[in-house]
Amino acid sequence: MARIGVFVCHCGSNISATVDCEKVAAVAGQFPGVAYSISYKYMCSDPGQTLIKEAIKEHKLDGLVVAACSPRMHEPTFRRAAAEAGLNPYLCEMANLREHCSWVHDKTEATTNKAIDIVRTLVEKVKRNTPLFPIRVPVTKTALVIGGGVAGIQAALDIANAGNKVIMIERDPSIGGHMSQLSETFPTLDCSQCILTPRMVEVAQNPNITLYTYAELESLDGFIGNFKARIRKKDKGIDEKTCTGCGLCCTKCPVKKIPSEFEQNLGFRTAIYVPFPQAVPNKPVIDRKNCTYYIKGKCRVCEKLCPTGAIRFDREDEIIEVEVGAVVVATGFEILDTDFFPEYGYGKYKDVITGMQFERLASASGPTQGEIKRPSDGQVPKKIVFIKCAGSRDPAKGIEYCSKICCMYTAKHAMLYKHKVHDGEAYVFYMDIRTAGKNYEEFSRRAIVEDGARYIRGRVSKVYEKNGKLIVSGVDTLLNAMPVEIEADMVVLATAGIAGKGAEELAQKLHISYDQNKFFSEAHPKLKPVETNTAGIFLAGACHAPKDIPESVAMASGTAGKVACLFSNDELTREPIIAEVNRFGPPLFSTCVGCYMCIPVCPYQAIEKEQIKDRSGNVIKEVAFVNPGLCQGCGTCVALCRSKSIELHGYSNNQVLAEVVALLND
Amino acid sequence: MHDSHEHIEDNGLKARVLKGTGVNIAKCYQCGKCSAGCPVNTEMDFPPSVVLRLLQTEDPLLEEKLLRSYSIWMCVTCEMCYGRCPMEIDIPKIMDYLRERSLKENKVNPKAKNIVKFHKAFLDSVNYTGRLSELGLIADYKMRTFNLFQDVALAPKMIARGKLHFIPEFIKGTDKLKSIFSKTINKK
Amino acid sequence: MKIGLYPGCSLKGGSREYKESVVAMAKAFDIQLEEIPDWNCCGATAAHNLNHELSLSLPARILSLAEQAGMETVVVPCAACYSRLTIVQHELNEDENLKKKVVDILEMPYKGTVKVMNIIQFLQHYILEKLPAKIVKPFDYKVACYYGCLLVRPHGILKFDRPEDPQTMDEAMKVIGADAIDWAFKVECCGAGMSVARTDVVGRLSGGLIKDAVDRGAEAIIVACPMCHSNLDMRRPDINKAMGVNFDIPVIYISQAIGMAIGIDAETLGLHRHFVPVDLPEKELKTQMEEK
Repeated sequence: MARIGVFVCHCGSNISATVDCEKVAAVAGQFPGVAYSISYKYMCSDPGQTLIKEAIKEHKLDGLVVAACSPRMHEPTFRRAAAEAGLNPYLCEMANLREHCSWVHDKTEATTNKAIDIVRTLVEKVKRNTPLFPIRVPVTKTALVIGGGVAGIQAALDIANAGNKVIMIERDPSIGGHMSQLSETFPTLDCSQCILTPRMVEVAQNPNITLYTYAELESLDGFIGNFKARIRKKDKGIDEKTCTGCGLCCTKCPVKKIPSEFEQNLGFRTAIYVPFPQAVPNKPVIDRKNCTYYIKGKCRVCEKLCPTGAIRFDREDEIIEVEVGAVVVATGFEILDTDFFPEYGYGKYKDVITGMQFERLASASGPTQGEIKRPSDGQVPKKIVFIKCAGSRDPAKGIEYCSKICCMYTAKHAMLYKHKVHDGEAYVFYMDIRTAGKNYEEFSRRAIVEDGARYIRGRVSKVYEKNGKLIVSGVDTLLNAMPVEIEADMVVLATAGIAGKGAEELAQKLHISYDQNKFFSEAHPKLKPVETNTAGIFLAGACHAPKDIPESVAMASGTAGKVACLFSNDELTREPIIAEVNRFGPPLFSTCVGCYMCIPVCPYQAIEKEQIKDRSGNVIKEVAFVNPGLCQGCGTCVALCRSKSIELHGYSNNQVLAEVVALLND
Repeated sequence: MHDSHEHIEDNGLKARVLKGTGVNIAKCYQCGKCSAGCPVNTEMDFPPSVVLRLLQTEDPLLEEKLLRSYSIWMCVTCEMCYGRCPMEIDIPKIMDYLRERSLKENKVNPKAKNIVKFHKAFLDSVNYTGRLSELGLIADYKMRTFNLFQDVALAPKMIARGKLHFIPEFIKGTDKLKSIFSKTINKK
Repeated sequence: MKIGLYPGCSLKGGSREYKESVVAMAKAFDIQLEEIPDWNCCGATAAHNLNHELSLSLPARILSLAEQAGMETVVVPCAACYSRLTIVQHELNEDENLKKKVVDILEMPYKGTVKVMNIIQFLQHYILEKLPAKIVKPFDYKVACYYGCLLVRPHGILKFDRPEDPQTMDEAMKVIGADAIDWAFKVECCGAGMSVARTDVVGRLSGGLIKDAVDRGAEAIIVACPMCHSNLDMRRPDINKAMGVNFDIPVIYISQAIGMAIGIDAETLGLHRHFVPVDLPEKELKTQMEEK
């Protein structure tokens, strides 16, 4: 005869406000098989748990039903308590009286009766529970970091310095990301590349880090601690071991007018190129789309001139397979282009540029050597209008959120411009000034008070070009919406930060969640900001949401901490809630008929074919087999199996049927 | 686009605007883009973003000011504000709502009397003939405004170009038109 | 082919050349335009400024008449009437209660199924494809295509072209050989219904857009709205006064431009009815000389 213990929690007043907990406990005590039933205010608290542990010992309970909140909240808590009292934790189940009952109904008798029904259902299930034991899997102490921007770099360094191996892949020819394109960074006005390149070099030289650039993730299989990643190393066109990075090929390449992605289309590059002088690795790649050889079959000048003979044409991409224990996604973000804005010219006007393009103009190594010049005619602009919130906070344009960094970088741009062009006028049209970080408010005030940037509170309705000038029609809402029209030489749009190109595809390859803006979702916005809902895959940096450098670095270090924590164990325990195809002795061996419809339907590719052989090695029967290392216990195969040959441990057909019958019988 | 009517709690101005126009004025975050793009903003005492702000205060005194303003009659319903508003607030609809109330409650701004008279003269012609007779409109307008000499120079030019008909055209369904008018704008 | 036509009050009186040119152009392509029987005024700006229900009922009557006459498609050359008819049809389709209220006022059946087209959509559907074959005199001029407010806004309801820098009229003009320039005031307001009550505002607004077109080298302004035409053409003296310049650039309806290109004579097109003379220089000689 079963000896189940029922513990009904008041949950403060979350449950007791609408459910009569005392009554539920009393009625449950009368159920057949229930040896002990009690209610208490806070079951999850220390005294609550002690209550449970003592009850287990005192009443020799062989099963628990904790009627409280959602198992997603406290199932681990109570299972741990059960284990501590010597009871197999899988003999403890939670009846959700909160989310499923008290929170969604008013205080009536029907509500209490529903709670009683729920408890009875779980009691019947637990009577049929069997002890289960966690599965132990080894952990591969190598992390895969996808993305070589500042977040990826920080995470990689932290994980490597904790003694673990790191494989970093970056799809551009060099690491560095957007931070390497910036001129100076707020709030310190540090030169961006000066602080980043030492870290980039560290990544390349760290013995624990293997760096693959011009490489992308092809596929990811497996599970936490045991991932198998296939990486596509795109063909660079050079032999990296022989290439010395002398750069002769780049100077001699005849195709010179390709718009440079690094220079945000304000400058050019060659077909064989290094994206910027401080690139890591400082070795060129051949852009097949623009290389004369790949288009017309001629040229190959680089090959003829290379002093070490390092150029290689017509090679295939290489696919390599690596085994990793954790994945850090640090793929960063993009910003909108000017052609997104119909009222600002659809990208027609050369002197209407984005914030990132302004960074390139301001950079000493940029297309204008750090002088602010108009892209149209190379003149120094005497009046620049900066327009904030271009695309952000704009539901009509499909972007509701705030891009966070623009208020700071616009203040920075105004300051940099005024430092470079002393008699220049900088106007900033804004809705708000969001400078909440440390030293940020002081920074933005400096731009206004000391550097003389003119801030106008209001938005710009239209920008058009006339006689080489840009006519900006805005308004000052602090002056009764007085119209403000400015004839500017240049307009800088602080365009919205958006998800990187290919974010959706990558998320689907990794099986991680993403939101309607294609930013990757954290597991919990407050308490699990660096993990995803997929165990073993973590987030760092702006791929999660637009953020600045201090936050990206902090998040990366936090992620690295989680990874290091994961790697600090040699083994991981997995939940034993997995499916199993039945096995019997001869002559049946299994009721599985070998239709294998379960194999394509399993979302985790966890089912294989198994050959049952006799002692001589002859195959008697081939049946399906669920890999306990990969199975996540979703139950799809169980529902699908036509011969009912698969059971889900912890949710067997018997258990579930018992719950249903209990619910139907009053 | 109509906003949810779920949050009508009281009979305040916000609720009444929501009921009358389907627009939730709380959405406006006063960015000013509407005022920036309005072609007649310099003519208005309250440019569109300020009109929204006055409504948001739900202050009866400011509501009164708004109904007596010149702005609502100066608005040419070019829809530029609605076209550029990031919150997609139907400002032209709000203007129509305020105009209808201003007229009904007899609060038309003195400066705007001519504009209202023009509209009334227009509708008189439609009520009478079913269509707009330009001569009738101008005659009616001149009578209402006592401005007998406005556009007088235009008349011969229009006649010479065959653009001015002396005899108005009546549609057959003038009864129907009168019935429509009596059930709507002329309803007692 | 028979298509319904809603001319509206302006096309009967002050802008009759618009209707004359539209009918002549349609006839050249074997399209018969049938006026909606006993149509009334759509109410234009006056109705929606003064009374919401009136502003719904007047267009609803027009649409009901069209339905009863069995017209599946109605072309509305006047942009303001097009705007009213389309918006009212949309509002009534979205709100059953409102529809019922209006039907009660009208005491007429109303389904809301008529397809309402503006003049440019009419061109796109029925004329542009066959147009190149009929061109006898290419419209070889630099033109500024002026769309005005009500053809493209509110975009969510009209869903026609793009609300900033639209291109459909430009494309139509290119078919007849025009050089449609890029300019900044394509969709800025001309002053609309303020023509009588605040003529000074029309002078300033219409003047600003004429100046931009002329500055960028336009030889003619093409319009598709009788209100815009009236403000830019009839009110030219006020514009010249407001701007302190005597502009003589002609303002031509799109239907007139196409009519000119396919050889319809100027009188049929009503060019003589304009206030600003349509004195476009002859281009043929010039091109012949260039060829030599």
